[in-house]
This record gives sequence, structure tokens and C-alpha cells, in this order.
Amino acid sequence: MNWLAIDHLSLARGDIRIINDISLGLSARRTVVLGPNGAGKSTLLRLVHGLLRPSSGTLDWPQPLSQAMVFQKPVLLRATALDNVAYGLKLKGLRLADCVRQAREALARVDLMHLAERPARLLSGGEQQRVALARAWALAPQLLILDEPTASLDPASTREVERIINDIAASGAHILMTTHNLGQARRLAEEIVFVAGGRIAEQTPVAEFFNLPRSVVAQHFLEEEIP
Amino acid sequence: MPELNDGFSTAWHLLGAGDPHLLGIVLLSLRVSLTATLLACLIGMPLGALLAVGRFPGRRALIVLFNGFMGLPPVVVGLLVYLLLSRAGPLGAFGLLFSPAAMVVAQTVLVTPIVAALTRQVIADAWGTMHELLRSLGASRLRGAATLLWDSRFSLSTAGLAGFGRAIAEVGAVMIVGGNIDGVTRVMTTTIALETSKGDLPLALALGFILISVVLAVNAIAYAVRNWAERRWG
Repeated sequence: MNWLAIDHLSLARGDIRIINDISLGLSARRTVVLGPNGAGKSTLLRLVHGLLRPSSGTLDWPQPLSQAMVFQKPVLLRATALDNVAYGLKLKGLRLADCVRQAREALARVDLMHLAERPARLLSGGEQQRVALARAWALAPQLLILDEPTASLDPASTREVERIINDIAASGAHILMTTHNLGQARRLAEEIVFVAGGRIAEQTPVAEFFNLPRSVVAQHFLEEEIP
Repeated sequence: MPELNDGFSTAWHLLGAGDPHLLGIVLLSLRVSLTATLLACLIGMPLGALLAVGRFPGRRALIVLFNGFMGLPPVVVGLLVYLLLSRAGPLGAFGLLFSPAAMVVAQTVLVTPIVAALTRQVIADAWGTMHELLRSLGASRLRGAATLLWDSRFSLSTAGLAGFGRAIAEVGAVMIVGGNIDGVTRVMTTTIALETSKGDLPLALALGFILISVVLAVNAIAYAVRNWAERRWG
């Protein structure tokens, strides 16, 4: 059963079609969108999240899912880690005491309670991304969208972020993410959506994708012939 | 340059002696300009933030207008406020003309476009970085503007400082609406203009040095506070 059906979705900027007539059904709990630079992966995620409006086509949600998004570069307010996590909850209209309690719980789940009162922008890159994940997780999203969440992190921070993504998925959320880290895609995905030139080249279960990709462009990508 | 030396020594003498007349002029200058800057920040910062994040008809025209009004000639502002506050003017009933309140009004009009235009630039940059996050979290544009105003508070101190610099240094507007009345509306700049016209250059220079020192001191304090805050909050 699809949780999202995308029908003839396109996004154009001037004469350039960034997303070109994509039709796709998403049913896997954990979907990783792969593709070369400029393929339209991040744009597709933003369309799904509603940050961009498509030029044409539709996104059909059989059941509306509450969403949260984590960006490649953690965007944090000039405030403490706790206040950053609580901010999203405040926007949902929760009482201040509930915001603080839930924000603390979310920080504890990403092992950052000891840094709750620290200015968020002075934390390390990995810690900042964990604050961003805690902020998203605190909202208890049914769909978590992640745009290359470990792109600029060291291996230890990457492992920690992957552990948190697994925990969020285990809590019942659907995961839709992009990455350039093929090992990460193999570890986290149930299904791979491969995008090239704004089109879907293939949609394949993860093991099958890495063993025998169906599309030539994905085969080339895996052979690192496409930058 | 005997005038310069006289100016320095007169300034030190007046300051050292704690001359009450001079102190009154300096304090009135600060009171008027700080009040005007505060009012301009209260009006101009939300306005600038709305211009940065809002999307409404006429927005671009307003941006051009506020950018252009950064260079408003003080004497023209003084004249317009004079007409507003004069007995026959629409606000004449308040009896504000030739009072410090009138000077505050004139300087607020002069400074608000500066604060609004600089705020718009700062918030537009912050919006470029953070608008996806704010929208993702469900913040309205209004809420987003308020969040960014607070988040950019240290950068916005520059807008306030620029406004204060403009207010404390201008002479035309306060001269017209204040009347340069001794002990009532005489501030540093109008005193400098008066003393220069009387040929009392040492006193004019002394006040000039004090004026520059005040501006430098305020800027130095603001710079130190901003540096500390950025180290503290990133």
C-alpha cells in the first residue's frame, strides 16, 4: 500500500525541467533516493515536503502524514540546543512546560542532554545535526525527510546519525532521504529510488539495486562512471 | 592650527570642570537622539523584517522608497515636521513645536528609513538561510519575521548604531523644529553651528570633539557587546 503516490510531477525553472514528469508510488518504510549531482534528488524531497510547488502533476497522500525535514547543513537558531528543539514544538501551539519536557526527552534520545543549555551554534557539526534530528523527532513525524544528513560529518558522527535515523524509523516513522554515501544507502534503505536528469531511472529493493541495478545509468553510477 | 589646540584645551577644561551648561547640552543631545533611535528601531525593525519576508503588492516600491529615504535631507524633514507641528498644522494642537519632543519626532522620521532599510537587508539574508526550516516547522511569515529579528539581534545592532549616528550628528531638522533655545532645545550640533557663526571656534571645536567622542564611545560599547555576544552564542 502506497503512503504516497506521485503522478506526472514536474518542476521547471525557465526552460530547465529540474523534475521531469515523475510518476512514483512509495510504500517502503525506508526509501533512499540516489543519483548523481544535479539529478533532482533534493528538489524531489522539497516537493514532497511542500517547500516547492510543482509546475504540474500531483502528490496524492492516501492518509495525510505529519512530516519533518532535516537539511544537509543543520540550520539552528542563535539559542540553546534545548530552545532550538522546543521552537518547533512551540510553533505547534504546545504549552511552554510541555515544549520543554518534550524537547528534553528528544535531546535525551539523541544523547545530547548534557549539552541542552549550550548555544547550539557553538556545538560541533555532528552535535548540531543531532540537535536538528532531535528537533524533527520531537514533532513525532509520521514521515521524516532527510536531505544528505551526513554529507559533512566524520565517520563517528555519521554512525551516530544513522543510529538515530534507525531509532526514528523503529518508532514508526517513514523515512525518505537522499545520500551520496552508498554504504549508508545500503545500511538504511529498504528501497532505492534512482534519479537521473530529473527522471526516475529505477525503483528497486535495496539488495537488488546493489547486486543488479536495472537501469544502465544506475549501473554506470555504481561503477563510478558518473561523477 | 591654534584653533585646534584651543579646542582641545577648552574641551578638557569644560569637561574637567563639569560645566553644568555643557553637561545639559550633551545630556539633551543624548536624550533626544537615543529616544529617537529607540522609536525608530521599534518602528523600523518590524517594518524592515516585513519588507524582507513579506510578499505583497507594492513591496518592491516600498523597498526602493526606504532605501532612497536613507538619504533624506534633514532640513527637508525638519521643514515637514515643522509644518505638521506648527499651530496651523494638523498636529499643532499638541503644542510640541520648539520642544525636545518635536526634535525627537523629526529625528525619528529621519532615522526610521535607515533602520528599516538596514534591517531589511539583514533579515533578507537570514531569510535566505532559514526560510526552508521555518516553513518546514510551520512558521507563518509573520512568526518567521519575529524569529529572525530575535535571531539577528546582534547584527541588527549595526542598524541601530547607524541610526543613532545619523540622529546625533544631524543639525538641520532639530534646528528648525527645536529652535535652538538655550537650556530647552539646544543640543551639541546646534550649539556648534551657533558658536561657529558667532566666531567662538574653540567652544565649537570643543563640542565637536565631545560629539565625536560620544559617537565613538557608543560604537565601541556596542562593538564590545556584539563581540561578546557572538562569542557567547555563535
